[in-house]
Amino acid sequence: MFKIIANKELAPKIRLFEVHAPEIAEKVKLGQFIIVIIGVKGERIPLTITGYNKKRGTITFVFNEVGKTTKQLGLLKEGEAIENITGPLGNPSEIRKFGKVLCVAGGVMIAPMLLQVQALREAGNTVTTVIGARIKDLLFFEEEMKALSDKVYVATDDGSKGYKGLGFLKEILGREKFDRCVVMGPVVMIKNVSEITKPFGIATVVTLTPIMVDGMGMCGVCRVTVGGKMKFACVDGPEFDGHSVDFDELIKRQRLFLPEERLSSLLWEKLGGCGCGGK
Amino acid sequence: MAESKPKPKVQKESVPMPKQKPKVRRRNFNEVALGYTEEQAIAEANRCLQCPKPQCVQGCPVEVNITAFIKLIREGKFDEAVKKVKEKNSLPAICGRVCPQEEQCQKFCVLGKVGDPVSIGRLERFVADWERQRSIAVPEKALVTGKKVAIVGAGPAGLTAAADLAKLGHEVVIFEALHLPGGVLVYGIPEFRLPKSIVQAEVDYIKKLGVKLRAGYLVGRIYTIPELLKKEGFDVVFVGTGAGLPQFMNVPGENLGGIYSANEFLIRVNLMKSYAFPEYDTPIRIGRHVVVIGGGNVAMDSARSALRLGAEEVCIVYRRSREELPARREEVENAEEEGIICKFLAAPVRFVGDDKGWVRQMECICMELGAPDDSGRRRPVPVKGSEFVMDVDTVIVAIGRTPNPIIQRTTEGLEVTRWGTIVADENGKTSIEGVYAGGDIVTGEATVISAMGAGKKAAKAMHEYLMSK
Repeated sequence: MFKIIANKELAPKIRLFEVHAPEIAEKVKLGQFIIVIIGVKGERIPLTITGYNKKRGTITFVFNEVGKTTKQLGLLKEGEAIENITGPLGNPSEIRKFGKVLCVAGGVMIAPMLLQVQALREAGNTVTTVIGARIKDLLFFEEEMKALSDKVYVATDDGSKGYKGLGFLKEILGREKFDRCVVMGPVVMIKNVSEITKPFGIATVVTLTPIMVDGMGMCGVCRVTVGGKMKFACVDGPEFDGHSVDFDELIKRQRLFLPEERLSSLLWEKLGGCGCGGK
Repeated sequence: MAESKPKPKVQKESVPMPKQKPKVRRRNFNEVALGYTEEQAIAEANRCLQCPKPQCVQGCPVEVNITAFIKLIREGKFDEAVKKVKEKNSLPAICGRVCPQEEQCQKFCVLGKVGDPVSIGRLERFVADWERQRSIAVPEKALVTGKKVAIVGAGPAGLTAAADLAKLGHEVVIFEALHLPGGVLVYGIPEFRLPKSIVQAEVDYIKKLGVKLRAGYLVGRIYTIPELLKKEGFDVVFVGTGAGLPQFMNVPGENLGGIYSANEFLIRVNLMKSYAFPEYDTPIRIGRHVVVIGGGNVAMDSARSALRLGAEEVCIVYRRSREELPARREEVENAEEEGIICKFLAAPVRFVGDDKGWVRQMECICMELGAPDDSGRRRPVPVKGSEFVMDVDTVIVAIGRTPNPIIQRTTEGLEVTRWGTIVADENGKTSIEGVYAGGDIVTGEATVISAMGAGKKAAKAMHEYLMSK
């Protein structure tokens, strides 16, 4: 069992957890993820590690309350415990001095990007960060990013704050030369950014978050085509060259169980699992 | 002519195993084989000739004293019979169900020359079930040795090694990467062939021996093997991490929706219990026309699971012929009785999907058998121009599994073959002092009982190593 030290709301339906997991905290490296199981009937869900504190023996992760499991997770209180956390899984990020780095993060993945930005800066890079969300209310960590980055841009899908959409990246890339681009966020956003950076020839590293079950190479549901070859995001990734990923295939694969996921979530709510009494 | 005593008549046929009827069982996940009653077990035990030099034992990888336990069944001493089995085999309820006895002990039974061999596996299962329905006795342990043993992987090899080493008085900790112990017994073999409550009971027995279990602990990503030995105070490590990486065919369209590796399909259904979705959270989607590629036990398990999940039609497509099927004959018979169709001498060349990315058709090519290959089986050769198309909406790829790679990647100095298996001698000794390995991680994908045999041998060698240190 893994005790919850903190459960904070960062934005509507976006939560940050700090959990006591000293062995994982001891060993985790930037870019790795965990598999969380909340009960005996629960599913295994992968979540990117967004921070760790070796002294306190804790790790943090951030998630969106979109499905049954994440909604149930969000209801757990500080002091309560999570049934099982397996990790750290996946390969660590490559961090060294590249020169000028453009970091683009969207949605919940703004959280793990904070750690990337910090590490890239510590390695001697100049970092320009872009954070984006659907609407302005869903943005978080703007101040933290400003404190760590050399420059920060904000974008929303509806233009309610900062730039509208990510089209402005083209102008930035036309103006300034970057040596590397790091992208984390929803798959459609990752695809768009990769397409924008490609003509500029900027090495673009993307973090993929496909469906996973075991998370350690056994099931193959996270398979993606990268450069024409089959890769498993869990053991070969989760980071890949954004210019080589077959995103259209990945987008379809990420939606494979959408009807079941909706059904599961809806039933749970109708049966009053969320505490609303079935209303 | 001297009068000779009339010879006792030998019953040529074995007592049949009671089973759920095919029409009923094809739509439920309850166990197919129901097990012998006491009367049936005694009747079957009475068939045993009690050979003075029994041949059967040479076929048992864990050297169970077969004639002795059968004699005890005959006498109605079931509690003593199970103790006799457990002297050598810590997991009899599992072995009695999933061992390929026809290739092992029963292959050597002399009765097999005139009729059916004695059903040793069914008798083993009978005594194990008889005990479990009462209460499982915990054997006396040797004096505490003060030595610490780490077992990596709670599958058949690891559980066996853990039990033997705990009985010898060592402190044993099992590290399991998944959230439940059992390895392939829980994620691979379906409920209808091996109920999970039985695996749990066997694991509970091993815990009663004092073995500690750490589930959700991935050795290599948390502590590595050298760290377990140097930092965490373990005196010896056994690696039984198995063969769990799925193989794909590398044909176009393989990443379409509705195409599962057998591992994904079985992990969802068995480990995550998605047959009970949405009560259990992990979903599975099954179509009307299901095709399983492959001819081993995993293919049979996948096909029969698909049928139970509601598929209208399930077809196994195998590139060789019936004679070369690697699955146990009993499992093929069970599958066909349930209505599964086997299509031989064919292999997929590509999959075609709809605009949403779901598989709709499978294009195959016919095969003929050529000269034997390295495995001694005749090699399938494609027949030119013989392509044909099948309408499918679910495909399960069951063409084999390769070794789990994390230990090999994270253990410096561990000698590994080019197939990714760990190099170990017949006692499980690897290239690193104090590190032993056994089961599929050494041999490549094989059987539960051979993994248990390897666990047993390694446990013996590890004990000798520990006591000499």
